[in-house]
Amino acid sequence: MKLIVAYIQPEKLNAVKRELYAREVFKISVTNAMGCGQQKGYHESYRGADVEVNLLKKVRLEIAVNEDFVDRTIDGITAGARTGRIGDGKIFILDLPGCVRIRTGERGSEAIG
Amino acid sequence: MKMIEVTGQFGMVCAIGVHEELGSSPERGVVMRKLMAVLGMGVFLFMGVGVVAGAEAAEPSVAEKALFTANNVWMMVSVFLVFIMHLGFATLEAGLTRAKNTVNILFKNTMIVAIGILTYALVGFSLMYPGDAWKIGKAFGFAGMGLSCPEGSAGLIEYAGGSYPYWTDFLFQGMFAATAATIVSGAVAERVKLSSFLIFSAVYVAFVYPVVGSWGWGKGWLDAMNFHDFAGSTLVHSVGGWAALACVLVLGPRAGKYVNGSIKPIMGHNMPLAAIGVFLLWLGWFGFNGGSVLSGDPGAVSYVLTTTTVAAAAGIVGAMAASWTIQKKPDLSMVLNGCLAGLVGITAGADVVSLRAAILIGAIAGVVVVGAVLTFDKMRIDDPVGALSVHLVCGVWGTLAVGMFSPDYGILSQLAGVGAVGVTCFLCAYGIFYGLKVVMGVRVSEDEELKGLDIGEHGMEAYSGFQIFTTT
Repeated sequence: MKLIVAYIQPEKLNAVKRELYAREVFKISVTNAMGCGQQKGYHESYRGADVEVNLLKKVRLEIAVNEDFVDRTIDGITAGARTGRIGDGKIFILDLPGCVRIRTGERGSEAIG
Repeated sequence: MKMIEVTGQFGMVCAIGVHEELGSSPERGVVMRKLMAVLGMGVFLFMGVGVVAGAEAAEPSVAEKALFTANNVWMMVSVFLVFIMHLGFATLEAGLTRAKNTVNILFKNTMIVAIGILTYALVGFSLMYPGDAWKIGKAFGFAGMGLSCPEGSAGLIEYAGGSYPYWTDFLFQGMFAATAATIVSGAVAERVKLSSFLIFSAVYVAFVYPVVGSWGWGKGWLDAMNFHDFAGSTLVHSVGGWAALACVLVLGPRAGKYVNGSIKPIMGHNMPLAAIGVFLLWLGWFGFNGGSVLSGDPGAVSYVLTTTTVAAAAGIVGAMAASWTIQKKPDLSMVLNGCLAGLVGITAGADVVSLRAAILIGAIAGVVVVGAVLTFDKMRIDDPVGALSVHLVCGVWGTLAVGMFSPDYGILSQLAGVGAVGVTCFLCAYGIFYGLKVVMGVRVSEDEELKGLDIGEHGMEAYSGFQIFTTT
């Protein structure tokens, strides 16, 4: 079992969801996040002064998957989020030792479903 | 304004000096003291030999001058009230659209006030009220660029039979012009390119609005046909509404609104702002309709404000009933639109319909607006704030209702007005906006639309420091 954590641009969330749904990955959790990469942000401007924005808005996805779903999930996220420009985001694949479904008490791979 | 024909009497000079300050001083406390001074000077002014060049033989009495002042005070208050409608529009539109576009909405609404007033001063007022300067039948007239107040009392107490002076006339009508333009900004929200929108608004408000308005209010051909539009259901609201429809058709819907044949709701981000907006607009309507009496006449103004108010209330109830029935749960945004629908509906006939008719007109408008919102969506015409449903559909309804509920006006002349204005405004707006589409494009890129127009068009955020959670 793996936990896939992905940081994407907020405006790509809809596209990523669509791609994941098309690949039958339905269980996703989404949170707001802030972050930046190598470029350390961009410039905004407010009333004449330049504002250096170092922490940019991002969206963080967390998807717990069984081994056979890992590749298609990564494909889905990439397909939805890639624009070829800086800021597309990153995907982290973590090992997931255990998982429990609260309603039924199932454990392990059945709990991920 | 310079009253050059001072005849040298000390009292006259004082009164004029005070009057000039009256025109330029913004503080109300100062204005009130000056007002007292003017009234006091009024007696001094006309005791003696002073003659204003060009005036008629009979001097206005103290009572007439006092009445003139009272009338003008009400008209000025109406100016303030119609002005505050812009704040209402701004907050309503901001509340019913997404947070990532709020700066853009506010910017457009701020610019429109400026564009409306300035173009009205430059050409609009002259186009709308040509007076004797009709050029093409009674369909097009132009009294010259800029503003020129008639000299002496012709620009003051005799300008409108003791109701208001020239400058009040300009300012009051100028506020109306800006409200017509702002209707479009709601319908095209969240995807229109700022520069194209500003150019469109400038051209439309400068030329189309006043020419069409002259037909009904500038003693043009519609007026000659006994067409009645008291405060502008057709001449203001539907003028804005037809333009909004044309622009929305040229522009297309927002990205993600109609997907795979289904309608995806795009929620407004701030219901409190929307409610504030509607109540500000209702407040403004007291001036919109109340000031359209064009004097402070207690009977007329009090009656008009009553019909206006009951129509708004009926609109709310009508919309609630329709919304609760059709949508199973009462929708706040529908009810807010219902209030405005009632107000737009009564705007054509607030002075001539009975109270019972006013309630009926408002209630029907409330039901109609709910139906219209749902229908426009079914037709895949995307209107984020319901501008088409409120201003276009209910503007037409209000105008026709005058023919239905008032014995003095026929439905055919009302229909003629609605039709003529509709065809003209729609075609002009479509032409202008389509031309802009060809020349410079009217829509932002899909990327920018997703990121938000605040970042794309303005490089700033409305809610800096806040995390906005959206999925669209």
